[in-house]
Amino acid sequence: MGKVVVVTSGKGGVGKTTSTAALGAALAQKKEKVVVVDFDVGLRNLDLVMGAERRVVYDLVNVIQGDAKLPQALIRDKRLDTLFLLPASQTRDKDNLTPEGVEWVIGELKKHFDWVICDSPAGIERGATLAMRHADVAVVVTNPEVSSVRDSDRIIGLLDSKTLKAERGERMEKHLLLTRYDAARAERGDMLKVEDVLEILSIPLIGIIPESMDVLRASNVGAPVTLADAKSAPAMAYFEAARRLCGEDLPVVVPGEKRGIFSKIFGRAA
Amino acid sequence: MSIFSLFRKQKSAPLARERLQVLLAHERNGVGNELVAVLREEILAVIAKHVQIDRDKVHVTMDSDEHVSLLEIDVEIPLSASLRAA
Repeated sequence: MGKVVVVTSGKGGVGKTTSTAALGAALAQKKEKVVVVDFDVGLRNLDLVMGAERRVVYDLVNVIQGDAKLPQALIRDKRLDTLFLLPASQTRDKDNLTPEGVEWVIGELKKHFDWVICDSPAGIERGATLAMRHADVAVVVTNPEVSSVRDSDRIIGLLDSKTLKAERGERMEKHLLLTRYDAARAERGDMLKVEDVLEILSIPLIGIIPESMDVLRASNVGAPVTLADAKSAPAMAYFEAARRLCGEDLPVVVPGEKRGIFSKIFGRAA
Repeated sequence: MSIFSLFRKQKSAPLARERLQVLLAHERNGVGNELVAVLREEILAVIAKHVQIDRDKVHVTMDSDEHVSLLEIDVEIPLSASLRAA
C-alpha cells in the first residue's frame, strides 16, 4: 500500500503546487511510483506547472461522478515514466467532490502507487479538508512571513482534528517545508528565521527551499524544478526533502549559516 | 529624519515573532477562550478594588498540552499604585 501525503498550507501562493510537483518528481526520479492529485477544483494549476495542461481529457470529478474510469484520467509524465498526474476539474466547483468519491479514488490509487501526493487548495473549506482527510503524512508549506505562519498553525490544528488518522486517535505525521526563504534578509533581521518558525509551529522541518528565480523559470517552461534544473539550489533542497520524506535521517542545513566573512561583506549589496 | 536613523533601522523580524507568539497562544485555545474571558473580567474586578490598574496591562492566558493546562495571569501594576498599596 502506498503512502498518502497532503501538501497543504492554508494560505494561498506559498508554494503548494510548486512543492507538490517538485516532491512528486523528485520521488519519481528515485524510481518510486508516484501520482500527484490536484484537489483545487475550479482553479487547477498542477497540470500547468507539470507541463501537462494540453493533455487533460478527464479529471478527478469525472472519475468521482463515474463519467470516466480512473486509468483514463491519469496522465503519465513525458519525462518520468513512474510519475502520473490526476488533474482537477476546471469547469465544475468544489461541491462535486464527495467524501465517498474521494475515499474511493484515494483507496484505488494507494493500491497502485508508492506515493499519492495530494495538492490541497488554499483555505480551510471542503476542498482543503477533503485533500487532507485520508493523508498518512502532511507537508505544511510555510513562508517565513506572519500571515503564512498563522494560517499554517490553523492548518496544523485541522490536521490534528479533522483527518481520519486524528479521528482514529492516531498521530498525524506532520512536516514543515519552509519555502521562499531568503537567508540574507533573515540575517539582516527582516525576515523570520528558520528557528523562529520552528519554535512557533513546533513540527519537524523537512526542508528549506531558498527564494529563487529557478522556481519561476521552471513553472514558465512547465517542468517541476527538480527536472527543469536539477543542479539549482531549490531543486537540491527538494531532492533532500524527498529523501527525508522516505525516512532518511538527513540534517537540514540552514542557508546562509555557512557563509564566510567574504560573502558576508560583499553579499549585502545583493 | 536625522542621518543616524539610517544606521538605526529597527529589525522587524523580532516583532513579527513576538506578535505571532501572542496571537497564536490566543487562537490555539479557541475552546477555552470563553472561560479565559470570564476569568479575566473577574480577576480584573478583584484587583481593581484594591489597586488602580490599566486594563490593557492584565494578561490572562491558558496554555494546554496533552498532560496539563496552565493558567497564566500577568498583571502589571503601576509603580505609584503599588507604593500606595504598600
